[in-house]
Formats: sequence, structure tokens, C-alpha cells
Amino acid sequence: MYAAFFFIFAGAAVGFAINLLIQRHPVYSALSLIGVMASLASLYLMLGAEFIAAVQVIVYAGAVMVLFIFVIMLLNAGEEERTQRSKLARQAGAPLLLILLSLVATVLYKQFPRDSMVQFGDFPGQTAPIGRLLFREFLLPFEVVSVLVLIAIVGAVVLARKEP
Amino acid sequence: MPLPFIVITLIKAIVVLIVLMTVAAYLVWFERKIVARIQNRWGPTRVGPFGLLQPLADAIKLLTKEDFTPAGVFRVPYLLAPALSLTVALLAFAVIPFGPGFQIADLNIGLLFILAISSMGVYGIVLAGWASNSKYSLLGGLRSSAQMISYELAISLSVVGVLLLGGSLSLREIVSAQSGVWGLVPRWNVFPQLVGFFCFFIAAIAETNRLPFDLPEAETELVAGYHTEYSSMKFAMFFIAEYTNMVTASCMATILFFGGWHGPVPSFLPAPLQAVVPLFWFSLKVVLFLFVYVWIRGTLPRFRYDQLMSFGWKFLVPLALINLVVTSFVIALRA
Repeated sequence: MYAAFFFIFAGAAVGFAINLLIQRHPVYSALSLIGVMASLASLYLMLGAEFIAAVQVIVYAGAVMVLFIFVIMLLNAGEEERTQRSKLARQAGAPLLLILLSLVATVLYKQFPRDSMVQFGDFPGQTAPIGRLLFREFLLPFEVVSVLVLIAIVGAVVLARKEP
Repeated sequence: MPLPFIVITLIKAIVVLIVLMTVAAYLVWFERKIVARIQNRWGPTRVGPFGLLQPLADAIKLLTKEDFTPAGVFRVPYLLAPALSLTVALLAFAVIPFGPGFQIADLNIGLLFILAISSMGVYGIVLAGWASNSKYSLLGGLRSSAQMISYELAISLSVVGVLLLGGSLSLREIVSAQSGVWGLVPRWNVFPQLVGFFCFFIAAIAETNRLPFDLPEAETELVAGYHTEYSSMKFAMFFIAEYTNMVTASCMATILFFGGWHGPVPSFLPAPLQAVVPLFWFSLKVVLFLFVYVWIRGTLPRFRYDQLMSFGWKFLVPLALINLVVTSFVIALRA
């Protein structure tokens, strides 16, 4: 049962990701990206990490991608034109991609042998342990990231302000 | 997964779906009747006694109307948008507890699930606005995405106070934490979280695109906003989704702030009747909130767009933040 769901959602994630690349209209690409995020959230859910799954949907699918689509629609971006692909990309692209993927796969298999892989439902996805980790063990990095985000917000406001 | 579990869950889901569709249909009748009374007229009276069969007549009209797709729309998103709106609106009811044991699924992140689902709701509207390829629809869609992003923040911040009091993200446990009394008043979250409730309810009205925040479909300036180019059942799907969202928001207000299925007075009914008492209190509270929705619609004029934005960002979000800080401070002092 779990294996079937895994293949459905993993397949959907890969399918949406490929669709993201081959679509020519930015809105369709953005929609595919939402599909990728939602499929990943389902995979997190099956691992037992419910909190992460919910946050994935709320933050990425619900907030970040809405802003993407908002900007695409506001600028009224049209379809992209296909260009003549370069000779190098046409001939070396597919083999290079294969080499890269097999390298990544080999490293992953070497690093994590079969018996140390995660199983479905491995993570006790409770919210409280995550909060405890964030605010006790990783308090400094957490706060540093918050300050970083704050700097970004202030920077955006300064850049967006009209010249006096 | 065992088969009986799947069958029982399916039956629950079907019952909830049927009840919900009926409620959404009669909510339209309810709204038309009350707004009519507020405006000193009768409302629907012709179909059935008190116009009670009006929803049926509306449904037949919408079903038999010509399903028209304008030229120049982006076909796939145009067809996807109404389905997405309705699906997302219905999904929220998977985790809402109507009474002890009356719940399709008790997720331990129930509240986050609802927030996640409602944050996906904006796509239906935005896609409809863009895919229709018409300027009024596009403006409606743009407005709604800006509005929903802004007010989602206020909603999320205003429910954190409840989370701090209840100590759980599961909706069933949030309701259970509100049983019992403080002296004469019931232990409902609305009393310690009055400010939180205020923020939540205003933001919920904005989130469901109802008056006075119905800018996405403001008919005086945008014809009908994001669903201008839709007709027949596709329009009906947006319509049902909007009313379903109203019911969801009322259910959430009941669960988070008004004690869910707990009544304000203990009941002395005999045992077999006792089982329906929680359902009665829950439905009564939801209907009261729906009435407030309609009442507000009948009373207040629409906001201007810049008023809406500055109200959300300069008043509601800071107020919810202050509420959050004060609540956590009090809880930290007590602990």
C-alpha cells in the first residue's frame, strides 16, 4: 500500500518537474512547481513528518508560489520563444545528464547502504519535538536566520521606496 | 489498512458531503431571506412554502443552462479553476470535529491542515481570473491573491493564542481543552482570547471574500470579478465553494473560540437523546456565525481597495502580534 503511494507521488513529482522545464508559458511552469511541492508534501506525510508536510504546503505552495504567480500575472509575461539550441547542448546534453544522475545515485548508495535507509513512518512527526529542537539546540542558527530574513525585508522596503 | 476502516471512513465522508451540500444550498436561501428582511422586503416566496424550494429551482436552472466557454481562454486552467476551488473548499471538512467521535479523520496537525488547505484556495480564484483572458477577471484575481495573502497572515497569527492555551494542533484536543467552567462562564477560548477572536473573524470574512471585503468580485467596478466569464455549473462550483468556505470559517470560529460541541449549560436529557446534544450545540453555534456573516453583509458597505490593504497590514496584523505576545507572556508567568 505505502509502496504504491510512494511510486504514485514520486512519479508525480518527477513528472511535474519535467513539465516545469518543457512548458513555454511561465504560469504553466509555476503551476507545475506547485505540483512538485504538493507531491513532496505527500511524501513527507508518508514518512510520518506531518508537521513538515503541512509547512511545506503552507509556505511553499501557499505563500511563495502565490507570490510567483502574482508577479507573473501582474507583469503579464507571455510565452517564451524557443531558440536554436546550441550544438554542444544537443549532442552532449543527454549523456552528461545520465552521467550526473548515475554519479549522484552511486554516491547516495555508497553513503547510505540499504539497511540504514529511512522507512515509512520513521519520523515521529510531532510538532513539540521540532519546536524543542529549534528553540533549544539550534537556537542560535534559528535566530541568525530570522535576522537574515529581517535584513532582506528591510532591504526590499528600501529598494522599493520611491526616490524623494 | 483494514477494509472496515476504509468502508466506515467512506460512509462518513459521503454523509458529511451530502449534509454540507444541503447546508450550502440552504445557506443561499437563508442569506436571501435575511438580507431581504434587513432591506425591508420579502425575499424568495414563490417556490414552495416560504420559498423553501428555491435552492432546488436554482440548482435546476444552473444545471440546464448552456455551458459556454468563451473564445480566447486558456483552456486547461480555465476548466481546472472551478474544480480546484470546490475541491479545496470541501477538503477542509475532512478534519473538522462535529461532535465527540463525529469526525472523518483526527489529524494531529488538524489546524495546520486547515490553514494549508485555505492557503491553496487562492489558486482557484487566481487561475480563474488569469485563464479567462479578460481584464475584469484578471483584476479580480490579482486583488484576491493580494487580499488572501495579507489576511492569511492575520488568521495564522490570531490562532496561535488558542494553540498556546490548548497546547495541541489537533482540533479534537483543542475542543476537549475547552470543557468545564470558570465559575459561571464556560471555559471557552473566546474569553481569554477576545482580541484573537476579533482578528480571526475579521480576517476570516476577508479570506472568504465576503462583504465588506468582497473586492475580488466587486460588481460595481469589475462586473463580477474572477468569475465574470463563467456560466452554468462552472459558475455554480465557485458559488458553492464560496458558501462552503463560509461554513468552514464558522466551524473554525466555533471550534477554536467557542468550545466546539460543548454547550454553555449542562443538559439533563435521557441517555439516548444525550448523544445528539453535542451535535445540536455545534450546529447552533455554526448557524449563529453564519447569521453574523449575513448580518454584516446586509449592514456594511464595501471597503475601498487601499483601505482593505492598510487595514490588514497596519491594524489587524500588529493587533494579532500584540495579542500573541501578551498571551505568551501571561502563560509564561503562570507556568
